[in-house]
Amino acid sequence: MSDTVIQNHEPNYLEYKGRYKGIFAWIFSTDHKRIGLLYLYSMLVLFSIAAILGLLMKIELIAPGRTIMDAQTYNSFFTLHGITMIFLIVVPGLPAVFGNFFLPLMIGAKDVAFPKLNLLSWWIYILGAAIALSAQFFGDGPPDTGWTFYAPYSFRTGTNMLPAVTGAFILGFSSIATGINFIVTMHRMRAPGMDWMKMPLFPWALYGTSWIQVLATPIVGVTLLMIVLERTMQIGFFDPALGGDPILYQHLFWIYSHPAVYIMILPAMGVISEIIPTFARKTIFGYKAIVISTLAIAFVGYFVWGHHMFTSGMSGTALYTFSILTFLVAIPSAIKIFNWVATLHKASIDIQTPFLWALCFLFVFMIGGLSGMVLGALSANVHLHDTAFVVAHFHFIVFGGTGYAFFGALHYWYPKMFGRMYDKGWANIGLAIFFTGFNTLYLPMFYLGMIGMPRRYYDYVEEFHGPNIVSSFGAMLMISGLVIIITNLVRSARKGEIAEADPWKSKTLEWTVASPPPLENFAEIPVVTKRPYDYE
Amino acid sequence: MEKEHTHIVKYKTYVFVLIALLFMTFASVAITSINLGPYTVSAALLLASIKSILVLLIFMHLKFDKKFYSLMVGGVLLLFACVIFITFLDYLYR
Amino acid sequence: MNKPAHIDEHRDDEGAKTGMWIFIFTELILFGGLFIVYSVYRYLNPAAFHLAAEELDTFIGTVNTVILLVSSMTIAMSISAIQYKNKKLTLILMSVTILLAAVFMVNKYFEWSGKISHGIYPGSPTLMEASQGEILFFGLYYAMTGLHAIHIIIGVAFIAYVMVLVAKDEIQHDNFVILENSGLYWHLVDLIWIFLFPLFYLIT
Repeated sequence: MSDTVIQNHEPNYLEYKGRYKGIFAWIFSTDHKRIGLLYLYSMLVLFSIAAILGLLMKIELIAPGRTIMDAQTYNSFFTLHGITMIFLIVVPGLPAVFGNFFLPLMIGAKDVAFPKLNLLSWWIYILGAAIALSAQFFGDGPPDTGWTFYAPYSFRTGTNMLPAVTGAFILGFSSIATGINFIVTMHRMRAPGMDWMKMPLFPWALYGTSWIQVLATPIVGVTLLMIVLERTMQIGFFDPALGGDPILYQHLFWIYSHPAVYIMILPAMGVISEIIPTFARKTIFGYKAIVISTLAIAFVGYFVWGHHMFTSGMSGTALYTFSILTFLVAIPSAIKIFNWVATLHKASIDIQTPFLWALCFLFVFMIGGLSGMVLGALSANVHLHDTAFVVAHFHFIVFGGTGYAFFGALHYWYPKMFGRMYDKGWANIGLAIFFTGFNTLYLPMFYLGMIGMPRRYYDYVEEFHGPNIVSSFGAMLMISGLVIIITNLVRSARKGEIAEADPWKSKTLEWTVASPPPLENFAEIPVVTKRPYDYE
Repeated sequence: MEKEHTHIVKYKTYVFVLIALLFMTFASVAITSINLGPYTVSAALLLASIKSILVLLIFMHLKFDKKFYSLMVGGVLLLFACVIFITFLDYLYR
Repeated sequence: MNKPAHIDEHRDDEGAKTGMWIFIFTELILFGGLFIVYSVYRYLNPAAFHLAAEELDTFIGTVNTVILLVSSMTIAMSISAIQYKNKKLTLILMSVTILLAAVFMVNKYFEWSGKISHGIYPGSPTLMEASQGEILFFGLYYAMTGLHAIHIIIGVAFIAYVMVLVAKDEIQHDNFVILENSGLYWHLVDLIWIFLFPLFYLIT
């Protein structure tokens, strides 16, 4: 697979001139690579907005009492921050950007199975995003329920809930369309010779993810629909006054939203499983164990939703069951950590920026995972529920897991996507500042949660002041790191050095084509004979 | 293009299936009109399940398609059954 | 795209069918969410659900069940017909399916408007005086049969579109996966009704 085919005569996908011109050549393109970049750019804009909201919230929390905003503004900020980050960035993030771009390349296909559906799913994404964000500007004030839309508050509050809920509902279709596309692509379009056990691990992770997207998203769809009906037509579903049970709303919401956590984290694990063998220059340790644990996470991840509801008043039987299942689902995640670490054992490691991101991922992901175990224990959960500890925990998992993997993936595949290399020095400096800021921001929140600071309040008592100052300072540091990282990447897309086809000497299929890849990916569909990480 | 739709289902098969489905519909109406107490619902749901299996196998061609489709359908139903079961762990013991 | 060889033109019937099946799973789960709600509230309010279900007309429900089952058969037959290269029969069977769907909707209309004229609709004064179980029952009744009716409309539109393709000979005996997929969708609508019928009309 090392004989690289450089197709100079073939225009690459960035230069290709189709039927449309200018921006239309992008927004009407059915090319999976262009769609991947469309998602990337949309998410970059949305991520910047949501990150600034997060920063403003941390500045508000730098001192007790009102600092820069009032309570209602704070409520709407954490709602919008949550909706944007969850529904618009981390849930679709890795599959929509890197899945779209690299899934066909990695399995030796020319495109996904349904290119038009793929484009449609981007349009639905934009539509959903626009509707969800419009909630901020019209009606009776921005939503203030948090991203979970808990009943009965979500249909009692006077704020502008309908667009937010409808937007989230529409985004579900985008997610489902992508999921269907990927599953069919992997079933039908793998290159000759690539049987399931020769498929690289990122596609495997996408496979598990896609099934969750397809089978869990409809539940939240119908639940949000019920909220809409309850608000507009007074149909009783969750309103206790009409006989409904608000806890049932929580059940339905988390039946989706817990698996959604695995939609976020599985592809992240897939990315790490690509980066580590590349820079360790070794076959990944326990390929089969990683595959099986991916599928196990996807399956068991369905049955642990109740651990978000330990204090809601569920039955004891349900509490014990969910707690046990929560501990069980940690096992396959731990298996992966051991696999990655074992891969590094006695390897001659080539330390590059993507590899550093993967190392940082391992560090923060372990903190996130282990703090999850604390929350999964019933007795500890009663104490820590809805405190800053929970906020720290899921930021370590969601931002520390998916976010680090996203940036890791961006630095890993950047030369392939744009045909240029970023400035490695600045990338590493940015990472160092970002990583320091990240830990300074979220580690104190574990402590704050343990001494009793609740989440979602713009104010706190004087005892919590010290750690909050540290945390807010960390937020500023982290954002400056992000600015360096993103500026470096944006700048290098035009001015970076020209990258070769396989700058990391990696062995998976996407590195066998030119950088940036030609429109049709492969001039001839490759025949696969080896396992994906055949370095020895 | 590989030939993958070679099987043609006879019209007669469909008619028989329809007769069976109609029979079960009327049977479930009849059963529920006599009072069987708690068994009424289970009887009606049992008949509904048999009907849906018939629809899945014959009308939706699962019987004639690759095993892979039946496997997927079975998996999805199993998953859904597990979700209902776990939800009821809360309501049954609250 | 300028180049005709682009992947857009790539044809994979088996893949299209796999995609349709997965989409059907999402629809099943969508209704599954409502079935969970139904089963929980029925478990919590058995007597009220029993009482409320007596308001529904078993006869109309049975008629609509028969209609949907027959229409399911006709659309299934149309697939055999196209494989036998009988275009005329295919079109007839598809029109019968659409016609039956229309009858179903008319029945549904009369059933709903009957309920509404009796003052039973979400938020109505009559319903608000009823027990909580009955409020929940009728809320679910309108939501689930309403969502089902929306699926009927989508199914009819899908089948009508495929009929146009058949009429234009764009679908033939060796290229009928879209017809098959529209059939699968229609059977899904039928499958859901198979469960809605006993749960709402037969639990008296």
